[in-house]
Amino acid sequence: MTDGSLAALVALGAFHGLNPAMGWLFAVARGLQERSRTRVLEALPAIAAGHAASVGAVALLLTLTRSVVAAQAVAVVGGVALVAFGLWRLLSKRHFRWVGMRLSLRQLAGWSFLMSSAHGAGLMLLPVITASGSAQGLAHAHGLGHAAGSAVSAAVFVTGVHTLAMFVTAGVIALLVYDVLGLTVLRRAWLDLDRVWAVALVGAGAFALATV
Amino acid sequence: MPLWKPDPTFYASPRDAVSAPPEKLAYVAAFDPTSQGPDAVLVLDADPDSAAYGSVVGRTELPNTGDELHHMGWNACSSALCPYAPHPHVERRYLVVPGLRSSRMYFVDVKKNPTSPEIAKILEPDELSKRAGYSRPHTVHCGPEGLYVASLGGANGHDGPGGIALLDHDSFEVLGRWEVDRGPQHLAYDAWWHIAHDVLVTSEWGTPSMIEDGVVGELLLGRRYGHAIHFWDMRKRRHVQRVDLGDQHQMALELRPAHDPTKQYGFVNVVVSVEDLSSSIWVWHRENGAKDGPWTATKVITIPAEPAPESALPPVIQPFGAVPPLVTDIDLSVDDRWLYVSCWGTGELKRYDVSDPFHPVEAGSVRIGGIVNRTPHPSAPDVPLSGGPQMVEVSRDGRRVYVTNSLYRSWDDQFYPDGVGAWMAKLDSSEAGFGFDPRFFPNGDDFGGLRVHQTRLQGGDASSDSYCYP
Repeated sequence: MTDGSLAALVALGAFHGLNPAMGWLFAVARGLQERSRTRVLEALPAIAAGHAASVGAVALLLTLTRSVVAAQAVAVVGGVALVAFGLWRLLSKRHFRWVGMRLSLRQLAGWSFLMSSAHGAGLMLLPVITASGSAQGLAHAHGLGHAAGSAVSAAVFVTGVHTLAMFVTAGVIALLVYDVLGLTVLRRAWLDLDRVWAVALVGAGAFALATV
Repeated sequence: MPLWKPDPTFYASPRDAVSAPPEKLAYVAAFDPTSQGPDAVLVLDADPDSAAYGSVVGRTELPNTGDELHHMGWNACSSALCPYAPHPHVERRYLVVPGLRSSRMYFVDVKKNPTSPEIAKILEPDELSKRAGYSRPHTVHCGPEGLYVASLGGANGHDGPGGIALLDHDSFEVLGRWEVDRGPQHLAYDAWWHIAHDVLVTSEWGTPSMIEDGVVGELLLGRRYGHAIHFWDMRKRRHVQRVDLGDQHQMALELRPAHDPTKQYGFVNVVVSVEDLSSSIWVWHRENGAKDGPWTATKVITIPAEPAPESALPPVIQPFGAVPPLVTDIDLSVDDRWLYVSCWGTGELKRYDVSDPFHPVEAGSVRIGGIVNRTPHPSAPDVPLSGGPQMVEVSRDGRRVYVTNSLYRSWDDQFYPDGVGAWMAKLDSSEAGFGFDPRFFPNGDDFGGLRVHQTRLQGGDASSDSYCYP
């Protein structure tokens, strides 16, 4: 894995962590509701776990596919998928719908999984994984042997790095907003990151297709 | 077009919403009492620095007759910031305007040209009946995942039950009936929620056959109108509990939950007690102040009837020798401090300090209209007024209070048989007290023959938005 793809993984995780819709805002809401920082803190791992499950599923699918299918095919199919999903997110007015504030931590993890999946959070791993050479290449770096095992370990590695970046970013922002900034900051600073994300997906997909 | 930043009229918390800028326009639902001409959404100038202040500056007529406009709601509000289904980059742009009699719903764009709203979509009555099984849409609330439309009547030949239809808040299509399990609930009127507790509350008036031709004496004395409120699990859409206020307390109408999302109490008004013609205000809350568990309701305000000579009373209440206060609407300020109470029968608007919801303290009262008193407005002291303060709306900062005088066509005609007229008034409210703004009193011909019902303030008001953060 190149330094560039590692940096990209971290940046993607940080971007998801930054997005209020992806969970830190929910953590802050739970804390404010009971005036308890503990409630903020205990929500964050659950949200990260749901995110990791969503991203990990895509990562595993990608690395396993890459271990048996030609890189070109993965790039083409994946690129088309990225462009299509990005365009859909860009043009559709539909947003993630859910009812309910009072969730158990397990339900919160489930919420995070669904939210991340609806967002297509794992899709951007495609260019990262494609760019990081073959699955074998990834796995050799970790001293593993056969293809399936190496694919799994690559997926775990990618998901872990991504989620850690997401978790740290979300945690810092959640505490900053809870303790210092307050929620009035939302009115000024909540850019429509979902639209940025959709554009990025389209761009990454187009790039993958162009460079096949 | 979606926005890059949250709609500036959305506020995360009621604390923030109080700092919202004053509204410059007010939208009023107005209907033609003859049903011969079109109803209209009126635009009132509410900017004190404007030359047209207090006058009708816009009028969007609807393309049908007999809709009987009543209440209105927004396509989106502060609940779009809620963390579980956030989508704050939509615009508060459309007024959702149901016709209470026709069951037709209009979606009116007030952004493109705020003083000349345009109809963006019309939902014909059969959409509501076919997809949700309801008719007579009444209250509209913007939830984080859709529009909730509380409807009074059943459909397809059924008088009831009334209930909530869920609408897609992007396409404005009817998604279906909201309730999965309605339990014993049959009568409907208002609906609102404790959004941070996943609790929805509904109240009871009557089915269409009980109300559309006026109040029915036998039903009232037989204690058949609504006298309970219902609590629901908002996530599972299931009925949880029915709290009966006692069948002498007829017509439990407006629901005003605390805006503070950490709180679980709210106010509901009872129009009339058949025992003594009084009106009452109740606070609902969890038993023993617990965070979970059963709900209950406590009567915290009783407003007595006022003795009156029979000759001064309309036939519907002549036998009683008294004029009932008929509290038909209440409104709670965004800071949960003041409760405004409309006494449509006696012609009085009261203000209570409800800092302690269980011990309201009366903190001001004005008289206007009334079945017997006919109190004039201070700016036209020689003109006796019909009707009384009815729908009451409070600005987000809590400083301005707007009232209109019509209740409901057939009921107007029963209680004010010589003509209910049409007027709207504004009051200024502060810690020190509250009183009429002499410059704001559109009335009579200003409304072009229409009666005026509910007011919605530009950017939101005390009964339009709910907040997920304290």
